[in-house]
Amino acid sequence: MIEVIDKERCTGCNICVHACPTNVFDTTADIPVIARQGDCQTCYMCEAWCPEDALYVAPNADKAVSVDLAALKAGDVIGSYRRAIGWS
Amino acid sequence: MSGQIRRPEEIASGGGVREFRTDVLVLGGGPAGTWAAISAAQRGASVILADKGFCGTSGATAPSGTGVWYVQPDPAKREAAMASRELLGGYLQDRRWMARTLNQTFENVDQLARWGYPFHDDGVGFQRYGSVMGPEYMRLMRKRTKQAGVKILDHSPALELLQDEDGAVVGASGLFQQAGERWNVHAGAVILATGGCAFLSKALGCNVLTGDGLLMGAEVGAELSGMEFSNAYAMSLAEGSVTKTRFYDFAEFTDANGDPIPGAQSKGGRSVIARWLMSGPVYASLINVDPETQQAMRRAQPNFFLPLDRSGINPFTDRFSVTLRLEGTVRGTGGLRLVDESCATSVEGLYAAGDAATRELICGAFTGGGSHNAAWAMSSGYWAGAGAASYARTRRVLAQPSKVIRAGKAALIEQSQRGYDPLAVTQAVQDEVFPYDRNYFRSELGLKHSLERLDRLWRKVESADKASVLHVAQSRQAAAMVATARWMYRSALERDESRGMARRVDRPQQDPGPRYYVRSGGLSEVWTRRDLQQPEARVLEAAE
Ligand SMILES: Cc1cc2nc3c(=O)[nH]c(=O)nc-3n(C[C@H](O)[C@H](O)[C@H](O)COP(=O)(O)OP(=O)(O)OC[C@H]3O[C@@H](n4cnc5c(N)ncnc54)[C@H](O)[C@@H]3O)c2cc1C
Ligand code: SF4
Ligand code: SF4
Repeated sequence: MIEVIDKERCTGCNICVHACPTNVFDTTADIPVIARQGDCQTCYMCEAWCPEDALYVAPNADKAVSVDLAALKAGDVIGSYRRAIGWS
Repeated sequence: MSGQIRRPEEIASGGGVREFRTDVLVLGGGPAGTWAAISAAQRGASVILADKGFCGTSGATAPSGTGVWYVQPDPAKREAAMASRELLGGYLQDRRWMARTLNQTFENVDQLARWGYPFHDDGVGFQRYGSVMGPEYMRLMRKRTKQAGVKILDHSPALELLQDEDGAVVGASGLFQQAGERWNVHAGAVILATGGCAFLSKALGCNVLTGDGLLMGAEVGAELSGMEFSNAYAMSLAEGSVTKTRFYDFAEFTDANGDPIPGAQSKGGRSVIARWLMSGPVYASLINVDPETQQAMRRAQPNFFLPLDRSGINPFTDRFSVTLRLEGTVRGTGGLRLVDESCATSVEGLYAAGDAATRELICGAFTGGGSHNAAWAMSSGYWAGAGAASYARTRRVLAQPSKVIRAGKAALIEQSQRGYDPLAVTQAVQDEVFPYDRNYFRSELGLKHSLERLDRLWRKVESADKASVLHVAQSRQAAAMVATARWMYRSALERDESRGMARRVDRPQQDPGPRYYVRSGGLSEVWTRRDLQQPEARVLEAAE
């Protein structure tokens, strides 16, 4: 399921709010928030469409897990799907 | 873009409702819906496409990618392609539809190449014209749909169809999910391209696919066909969502002790795995794959490896626990019955394409996943778009229909009983359709027991008061899933044999008598009927 929006990278473009098929994100006055994590279908499409590699979807579809954002960034895991499909 | 495009119009707004007028309304923006919209627009129709999610990411194809039934127009190759799955499909296919699907798919794939889809040959046979990457394909389809002049409404689930006094479908009504407003689209024709029903199983991309189009169709009296072919289960990492099954052809399946499970295979031995999963974990490992092939596999299906990499699993050396998730009719073949080559349903003004329609015409009784469904989605979408556009032209004279009737019932009309909790109803349906011993391995007794509970659930749904704007989309989804489960199981009872994916443990044999299709429909009272296969459709068993 979707686990993080990286505040450092996110520009607040709101692409993810539109692109998520199950309407998981909400806009705010600032950057979007994960408003309905339970509706996430773990499809990875938000990651593919985020131009800033600011989102991370964990592989566990059935329950939320904790993730270490710093490690994901250090290991280039965040953004790896976009690279794999040739979108970055 | 040409300057001559007919555009839909917004004719009124206020009080939380926006009204539009268009020639053709397409519900659903996966491959079937986008091809339909483009095809209708190319024929001079104004077109609105409304998607529950986001056209370009939503539906089964966008996050998954698909093999496509793409065969060179060489008569021998085409003949072999048609013959190759007839046995598996229980000879319920129709050669005429297979041939035209092969033709149309060939043209549409060429069109994709001309539009700039980056087809390339990887030399190992995993990529080529015969497969498309989901994100790339559907991003391109969104762009081409917009360029065709189609107005796209995202996050706009359709809730119900609109009819005129004669019963013809003249539009639909839905929700702007993010704004909380309602929309009404008045249209000359409506195409249901809302995909199949996977019961919120979290199979890849499938949680938007809850049978909404089947419910909307049934509410105006449309007939369904092949709903017994609805128990596709697909493999994923136990806790993951990526139900991409092709590479499991390389898998060895083992039990908790690491011993091979006899007869377990992704293809041809999946039921063995399902049985095993009822009592314990099943592990997979992709064996004997050389490094060069491993690299080609990674390039061909990056999404297969994504959850594995992120879980720290090397599938070529490690054993990892797998499960089978229900994909229902998505990789099954049942859906709305089509009555002619324009993909018209049995109700005037209403068309169906892709997984919302029956795919028995090209797949028969066997799963349409793997290549046929993708070919069907683009072909049937293309035909439905053309059919709806020409039908809509005949309706243009009727500027304003005299009276518009809202066809939706469950969760949409005021009634005395309290509204239902959509999550509780969803859970109750899932309890009937997820378990392998109920749906994978069906029996008369099991089906009847499930149907008793499902019928009770439906009576509750049908007599409940309308849902608030906050819950209406979820409530309609839940209603659609209850209805779909009932058509599935009633059809499974009607088919008193095992054929293709519709296996009955108590009727293991295929009936040697005349072949028939199981039609179904109805809501308060579910009905089924057997229609004999027409002689002209019949495929030659000698072809095997
Ligand atoms: C993991 C996976 C792999 C697959 N691989 C293959 C393959 O290799 N080859 C193959 O041939 N097939 C494959 N399939 C099947 C194939 O993906 C589908 O047949 C295909 O996506 C059908 O296209 P569609 O446009 O009919 O439906 P979808 O692509 O599912 O799109 C349906 C659309 O309708 C929208 N919608 C739903 N309800 C509403 C509503 N109420 N109002 C408005 N919009 C609505 C949804 O948001 C969605 O965008 C696979 C399926 C899965 C799940
Ligand atoms: S798409 Fe990425 S950058 Fe844009 S708002 Fe979403 S997380 Fe931020
Ligand atoms: S993984 Fe899919 S469902 Fe989940 S937030 Fe991202 S786009 Fe939405």
